[in-house]
Amino acid sequence: MMLKKKNIKINGDTIFKYAIGSSVVVLIMLIVGIFVSLIVYSYPTIAKFGFGFISGHTWDPVTEEFGAYPFLIGTLITSFIALILSFPVSIMISILLSEYLKSGVIHNYVKSSVELLAGIPSIIYGFWGLFIFVPVVREVQMYFGITPYGIGILTASLILSVMIIPYSATIAYEVISLTPSEIKEAAYSLGATHFEVIRKVILPYSSSGIVAGVLLSLGRALGETMAVTMVIGNSHILPDTLFAPGNTMASVIANEFTEATSDVYLSALIEIGLLLMIVTAFINVVGKMIIKKFSVGMS
Amino acid sequence: MESKILKIKDFNAYYDDAQVLKDINLSILKNNVTAIMGPSGCGKTTLIRAINRMHDFTPNARMEGEILLNNEDLYQMEPIIVRRKIGMVFQRPNPFPTMSIFDNVIAGYKLNGIKLSKEDRNNIVEDSLRKSAMWDEVKDNLHKKGSFLSGGQQQRLCIARALAMKPEILLLDEPTSALDPKATAHIEELISELKDYVTMILVTHNIAQAARISNYTVFLYLGELVEYDKTNKMMTTPKDKRTEEYLTGKFG
Repeated sequence: MMLKKKNIKINGDTIFKYAIGSSVVVLIMLIVGIFVSLIVYSYPTIAKFGFGFISGHTWDPVTEEFGAYPFLIGTLITSFIALILSFPVSIMISILLSEYLKSGVIHNYVKSSVELLAGIPSIIYGFWGLFIFVPVVREVQMYFGITPYGIGILTASLILSVMIIPYSATIAYEVISLTPSEIKEAAYSLGATHFEVIRKVILPYSSSGIVAGVLLSLGRALGETMAVTMVIGNSHILPDTLFAPGNTMASVIANEFTEATSDVYLSALIEIGLLLMIVTAFINVVGKMIIKKFSVGMS
Repeated sequence: MESKILKIKDFNAYYDDAQVLKDINLSILKNNVTAIMGPSGCGKTTLIRAINRMHDFTPNARMEGEILLNNEDLYQMEPIIVRRKIGMVFQRPNPFPTMSIFDNVIAGYKLNGIKLSKEDRNNIVEDSLRKSAMWDEVKDNLHKKGSFLSGGQQQRLCIARALAMKPEILLLDEPTSALDPKATAHIEELISELKDYVTMILVTHNIAQAARISNYTVFLYLGELVEYDKTNKMMTTPKDKRTEEYLTGKFG
């Protein structure tokens, strides 16, 4: 009798199993749902322009000609410049915090400041960028005799690079701190200096984690909308220099969705959204492969 | 008369205010295995790590006294140079996980940025792996990462890595404490054979191990050097009562 009773009873294990199972199902349905609806709503332009939507240089809502190439390029360029600018800073901050200033007031202060960068709302970056940073860029441009737009690709990249520092810096800090003290001691016992230990033991050991952090910040840069929209200049023309105004995929959507009165216009914006999602997913997959390749095989 | 390669004079060590080594005086003889034994917390690891200045990384550790390598004070030398001359093998095998077996052996040169010709590199790697009795086991897999090696093999790889720097002294800090009995026997045999090339100082809490492989034994207790003598003499006729009690298992 006792046994039978136990079998009928729904215990915590079963409930928990179904609870975690259903949360996974919900998550997958959500992602598939977003993806499918983006495809459905962008179908009009997919059917009308085909691949020309990605390769086309002209974006003209009046004549309903839509080519997203300038925005795709704008997104990739701003993100990669931001990445290149922020990476050295992130890596140096993480080495400083994990190897030179391991604890103490300055450590805590620097660490919190970096974390705070991630907490600043993007509109504040945009606002600060537009009213304080852009005039400075304009002065510099005038000094060098470049058309003083102030706003543009480079300005957006600079703002972005600051915004993404915390993502790569905190992850790099975590993985560098996790380097086993055994292998550091082994290197010291062979006569290595602190710098040699960092360069030849710690960085190779934590490379996969550092790459993971860089990818996270790249993902963040690709999708960043508000701050970029405010300082990039919102030009539909393919930028010819880094100082020229441009547009990213995210900033076009943010700028124009309220004006998208026709079905084709709206469909074009949604297709940009789809494109952005695919680019982000693609970079994520490539990143995972890189991490796998860099991963340390020895336990 | 055997030559004294290392002299420790009036050596004291402190962590913050706690004194862990008290007036240690000790001369290590060349091409011998000297075991440092004693119960946990007696300061044996502190002493061995003082010899290659590994305490430099512990901010609250403070050393007093002299340690002379061939009559030159280690604490007046560059720590980098000290550690190249005095190699170390740790409790747990710690090969570099990102490097191949070959690169692990040559790691000391790579880390220090010492350029070697390809021939020299190959010679050093083969010679070091032969000395650590590993050459036959790994010669076909030199450029693979060491992930498939057993714990004992990893420890012998670490010995090869230390030997590659051609150190004058090799410090072994309980090198078999993380290994199974078979691997332990292999390492002990290796230590006995290596005497011809290098002077070794072995920290162990295993009396039988000290008896098996060392020529001289130091008995440390509560930070004091209680007794230092030829191993077979100390094991059979200890002079100090504390040594006798430790050897007969009354404490420790």
